[in-house]
Amino acid sequence: MTISVGMTVNGKSVSGKVEARTLLVQFLREHLGMTGTHVGCDTSQCGACVVHVDGKSVKSCTLLAVQAEGAKVLTIEGLAESADKLHPMQEAFRENHALQCGFCTPGMVMSAIDMVKRHDYKLDEATVRRELEGNLCRCTGYHNIVKAILAAAPAMKSAGV
Amino acid sequence: MTAATGIGARVLRTEDKRFLTGTGRYVDDLPLARATYAYFLRSPHAHAKIKSIDTSAAKKMPGIVSIFTGKDLVDAKVGGLICGWVVKDKHGQPHKAPPHPIMAVDTVRYVGDTVAMVVANSHDEAKDAAESIKVDYDVKPANIDLAKALDKGAVEVHAEAPGNLVYDWEIGVKADVDAAFAKAAHVTKLDLINNRLIPNAMEPRAAAADYDKGTGNYTLWSTSQNPHVLRLILSAFVLGIPEHKLRVIAPDVGGGFGSKIFCYADETMVCWAASRVGRPIKWTAERSESFMTDCHGRDHVTHAELALDKDGKFLAVKVATIANMGAYLSTFSTAVPTYLYATLLAGQYTTPLIYANVRAALTHTAPVDAYRGAGRPEATFVIESLVSKAAAEMKMDAAELRRKNFIPSNAFPYQTPVALQYDSGNYPPIIDEAMKIADYKGFEARRAEAKSRGKLRGIGFSSYIEACGLGPSRVIGQLGGGVGQWESAQIKFNPTGNVQVLTGAHSHGQSHETTFAQIVSDKLGVPMEQIEVVHGDTATTPFGMGSYGSRSLAVGGSAIMKASDKIIAKGKKIAAHLMEASVADVVFEQGTFKVAGTDKAVPLGAAVFAAYVPHNYPLEELEPGMDENAFYDPSNFVYPAGTQICEVEIDPDTGEVEVVAHTAVDDFGNIINPMIVDGQVHGGIVQGVGQALMENAVYDKATGQLVSGSYMDYTMPRADNVPSFKLGNKVTPCPHNPLGVKGCGEAGAIAAPAAVMNAVHNALAPLGVKHVEMPATPLNVWQSIQGARHAVAE
Repeated sequence: MTISVGMTVNGKSVSGKVEARTLLVQFLREHLGMTGTHVGCDTSQCGACVVHVDGKSVKSCTLLAVQAEGAKVLTIEGLAESADKLHPMQEAFRENHALQCGFCTPGMVMSAIDMVKRHDYKLDEATVRRELEGNLCRCTGYHNIVKAILAAAPAMKSAGV
Repeated sequence: MTAATGIGARVLRTEDKRFLTGTGRYVDDLPLARATYAYFLRSPHAHAKIKSIDTSAAKKMPGIVSIFTGKDLVDAKVGGLICGWVVKDKHGQPHKAPPHPIMAVDTVRYVGDTVAMVVANSHDEAKDAAESIKVDYDVKPANIDLAKALDKGAVEVHAEAPGNLVYDWEIGVKADVDAAFAKAAHVTKLDLINNRLIPNAMEPRAAAADYDKGTGNYTLWSTSQNPHVLRLILSAFVLGIPEHKLRVIAPDVGGGFGSKIFCYADETMVCWAASRVGRPIKWTAERSESFMTDCHGRDHVTHAELALDKDGKFLAVKVATIANMGAYLSTFSTAVPTYLYATLLAGQYTTPLIYANVRAALTHTAPVDAYRGAGRPEATFVIESLVSKAAAEMKMDAAELRRKNFIPSNAFPYQTPVALQYDSGNYPPIIDEAMKIADYKGFEARRAEAKSRGKLRGIGFSSYIEACGLGPSRVIGQLGGGVGQWESAQIKFNPTGNVQVLTGAHSHGQSHETTFAQIVSDKLGVPMEQIEVVHGDTATTPFGMGSYGSRSLAVGGSAIMKASDKIIAKGKKIAAHLMEASVADVVFEQGTFKVAGTDKAVPLGAAVFAAYVPHNYPLEELEPGMDENAFYDPSNFVYPAGTQICEVEIDPDTGEVEVVAHTAVDDFGNIINPMIVDGQVHGGIVQGVGQALMENAVYDKATGQLVSGSYMDYTMPRADNVPSFKLGNKVTPCPHNPLGVKGCGEAGAIAAPAAVMNAVHNALAPLGVKHVEMPATPLNVWQSIQGARHAVAE
């Protein structure tokens, strides 16, 4: 049995027929072919699949596609203003070498943006580390991810994003 | 070339843009028309006889395409998986090599052993159908406890390896070492467990395969660290598909840490079944499967002793280790606890006599093979734990005892008693720098301050040596390795002057696309943006050995240097012709060929264009084109070394250990990109801290169930488990490769566990705690504290 589902992803209206059990991340990856959002675990622990749903960071492996009916979804693919102008968080990750293999990166970036906003662009190292507890990285040892997020916070504020 | 992008510059990464915008292409991202999806049914038992497998109900489930079992492979006369390194035991006999069926036929030997492959129109349908397969198991007792695996009467894993012994191997002369111990003023003894780890690259293993009926060609996409070697193994030993009919592509790969070096059942089955199913097949491991079936790492039980004279000079070391191989011998498993472990037991020291005995044991657990550092972290942990314990016992400063025994700077090349000849090194300035950065002098004040807050503060050293960038191939062959250890490179200019650099190495996080381009940019004067580094596809890149063992730069980078030299040599001939000069008078500087003492000049780009449009060109003497390849076989290993200093604070009421400061000073030889090198060290340290404090692969000793089979049970380090790090570096260039480089990929993980645990022991020493095993979890530490208190009370 399939169910029709519709939502806005990165500003575009999308729809599809899914099974009741289809996860949001499956809908994004398998139905829409948007493979920037990754799946790194099966217990909602790693955070590689984080996207924004109606402005809040959400693990898209922990939400059914049908639960996102009518929602505004933002994924890593929709973050940069243009091909040449990255979001300040993406830029900070690049400047600070906050990614190696790149697999956890989309989820890290999406979580980090939400974190900066929730803390009104004011963060310290301890807060960043505590707030990152939902995102695993095996390559960077977190050192440069923390640096990148601390650098991005004021950059996001001055860019007004 | 320029300071901004050349060797030594902090160049931002070429690969970042695609990873940051969600346009990386990992195996699971691959769009394949008409794809089917595989799901593997895995054994729920550690040891059982398979009485029957009934797939009839599963075959009727919706969306099912095919179901394969081990019997199908037997019927098709497909062989098993192989171990590619023959280790000879102390009697010169090759290791016991029990068969390793791709899928179990009549016996399952670990929880996760592959039992059936279900192929369906979707992943969910394949998984649903797998649940309907009825397997009648006759469950048998399992051999799980490594310490008892070789005991008389232990349950045998394979009839081909009596008593579960794969080999009983030794290095050194035991009688000489025993004689030295007899004369020692002090002997430090240590029993330790090097805890079993699960690598956990963030991208789970994945494979996809397509068979082209018209050409008979197979394409296999795999999360491989070494696609050419995977193809070689599949072709020559496992599936028999000729190499030229099998293309292996390892696209973007999300971390490896060793676990993606090996040839696994899953990718083998996906490839084999693709031609039988007649449609492409995709498979991606769920994380639970990764925990169960990725090759695990470490897992040693060791007794070690260090003999010292009255002044603290090391006289001899002896080590006895049981190393867990798991249920089957994985691709390079046999080499890890022998040639990559016992040969490192000299550390940074002049210890004149070393004897090590290693017995490799089979157990009913997942196969164990190389994981970041592979043998070298285990060796470093043994030696650096012994040294710090000896310092405490002899009431000497831990740094001073190390310094007293360091190989002197003027003693290189230095022949150790355990086969290796260290090519270069200068250890005292490294520890000096580390102590300065860590403010060692201020430690006692920090300890006192911590005490006023009720915390126990400790400091620990770890001075590691690593042997990486393996080679020469001749030596690897003499030691039983089944492959060469050279690397390849091809530098292919296009007529318009931009260039593709093809490498046989593979990047799965290491940043080759940037580092290798920097080398070419520096050497040939081509701007970074005109260089494309290509890797990971057997159809487009020259045969290469892949990336592991911190070899990519030392070996692969050297191959790029050799190919660059060939480009320059050819370019000189072309330029000489264009400038009507003698080749001997042509020099190459900053991307331009010049005739010394004249204003004649030909940019490399002009020589390249002439090579592809050879209208004015010495065609009688020189072939057109500018496309050179090179193979580089190293003349020795490279020997990075360094010192890490860790400071911890322990809450005695809860046993919680906090790493409050961690310093690493390394000598990696010349550095191409310091930003990338620092990143490698950061990541390595956290894997080492994870081993020391958090990570542990636990099997239930009675049933063999993997207890730590998810991220809720296997504690991967998270951002709030570690601090930011303080790094430093010293440079003694490698004398035998053209870049003067050593390897940096594994150092962090090699040194960190001993630094952390020495700090833990240092912190707990005032309470009388003698030994804490890794991982030093709060429970483990708390129990150690209680044990020591009881001992005092009694």
